[in-house]
Amino acid sequence: MYEGVVQSLIDELGRLPGIGPKGAQRIAFHLIAADPADVRRLAATLVEMTQRVRFCSTCGNVAQEDECQICRDQRRDLSVICVVEEPKDVAAIEKIREFRGRYHVLGGVISPIDGIGPDDLRIRELMARLADGEVTEVILATDPNLEGEATATYLARMLKPLGLRVTRPASGLPVGGDLEYADEVTLGRAFEGRRLLDV
Amino acid sequence: MGLYGDDGIVLRTQKLGEADRIITILTRHHGRVRAVGKGVRRTKSRFGARLEPFTHVDLLLHTGRSLDVITQAETVRPYGAPFVTDYPRYTVGTAMLETAERFTPQEKEPAMRQFLLLVGGLRALGDDSHEPRLVLDAFLLRSLAIAGYAPALDECVLCGAPAPTDAGGSLAFAVPAGGLTCRSCRPAGAATPAARTVALMRALLAGDWATADASERRHQAECSGLVAAYLQWHLEHAIRSLRHVEHLH
Ligand SMILES: [Zn+2]
Ligand SMILES: [Zn+2]
Repeated sequence: MYEGVVQSLIDELGRLPGIGPKGAQRIAFHLIAADPADVRRLAATLVEMTQRVRFCSTCGNVAQEDECQICRDQRRDLSVICVVEEPKDVAAIEKIREFRGRYHVLGGVISPIDGIGPDDLRIRELMARLADGEVTEVILATDPNLEGEATATYLARMLKPLGLRVTRPASGLPVGGDLEYADEVTLGRAFEGRRLLDV
Repeated sequence: MGLYGDDGIVLRTQKLGEADRIITILTRHHGRVRAVGKGVRRTKSRFGARLEPFTHVDLLLHTGRSLDVITQAETVRPYGAPFVTDYPRYTVGTAMLETAERFTPQEKEPAMRQFLLLVGGLRALGDDSHEPRLVLDAFLLRSLAIAGYAPALDECVLCGAPAPTDAGGSLAFAVPAGGLTCRSCRPAGAATPAARTVALMRALLAGDWATADASERRHQAECSGLVAAYLQWHLEHAIRSLRHVEHLH
C-alpha cells in the first residue's frame, strides 16, 4: 500500500483491461516521474474523450458527432456494409484501404455461455439499415473463431430472405485468431477473395 | 508438480491481456482446469485454433502459481466444426458446455464421468443421429444423475409409493421435492406432465434412444420445459445458455 493518491492511481490503472497489479504500479511510477506537462495533456485528453466521444448513431463505430466520419463520407460505397464485432475491427480493415463501403459494429458476438444472445447485439439496427434496399451486399467480418463463425451463421440466416449477397472474408485468416491481429496482406486477400455464404 | 499431460474438452475461452486467452477445459483426469493459452489470439499462433470451445484436445500443461500454462495442444477431435454452420445446434452445444462447467464447481477435482458424458453428448450432437433437443435433455438429466440429483421417476419422491402408470393420463411432478409424487402427497403447484412425457424422461435418463426417438414433439417440448425447470431449481445459479437455445420446431 502507498500513500493516498499514489495508491488511488495504482488502483485506477489496475482496473484497465490487460493491466495487472504490477503493470499498474509500473505505469503509476512512470507517470509520477514524467514531465507534469505530459501528464496534464494525458489527463486533458481523457476528460475530452468522456465529453466528445460517443457511438455513431448509424453504424455503432466510435464517433465525435452524431455520425462517424465513415458514415458521413459521401464517397463511400452505399451498396456494401461490412459487419464487424468492435470499433477496433473497423480500424483494422480501414488500414488495408481495400474496402470502400460502410460498416456496422455489432458490439460483440453471440456468446450464450456469457449470457450474450442476438438481442444483446446491434442486429435490429442492422436490419433497419437494410430496409430501404440500397444495400446489396453484406460482408460478415466477425472474427475467424468459433463464436465469430456462429454469429456469422446466425446473421446469414436472417439476411438470406432479404435477397442480399451475403459474403464472408475468405478463409486464409487463421482460425482462432482476432481480426485485429491479421496482417494487412492477409486481411486484404481475405477481403478480395470473399466467398458467398450459403445457409 | 511441473509438467503434466491430459486430454479434455475446451469449455470456454476468455480474453486475457493483449493476445492471450484463459482456456477452461474439462479434462479426463484433472477435472476442470483453467489455463493460459499464450499468444493464441495472434493469427500466427501455433495452436490458437485448437483451443476453441468444443474441441477435444490433448494437452501438455505447466503448473503455474495461479493459472496453469498450456505448452502443447493437439486436436483429438474438433467437435465444434459442424456446429458453427448450424446455429440451433451451436446453442444446444453451448448449453452443454456451460452445464458441464457448472457441474464441476471445484477446479482440479477429478470428474471423469462428467467428462465422458460430455464427450458422448457432443459426439451425438455432431452425428445428428437424434434430435438436438433430446441430446441436450439426456445430457442435462444425466449430469444431474452424476451429481446425485436425478429426479425420482419410478416412485413417489415423498412417500415411496410406486408411481401411478396410467399411460394415457397425466402425473404429478414436483420440482422442489425432486420428482414424481403420488396423488395423496401431491403438493400445491406441482406440474402435471403427460405420462408419456415422464416415460420420455425415463428413456433419456436410461439411454433408451429407441423410445426417445419415437416420442412425439409435444412430449419432447414438455420434457424440455420440465428438465430446464428442474435443473435451474437444483443449481444455485441459472444456466444462462439455456435461455438462448433455439429449437427448429
Ligand atoms: Zn458510422
Ligand atoms: Zn406419496
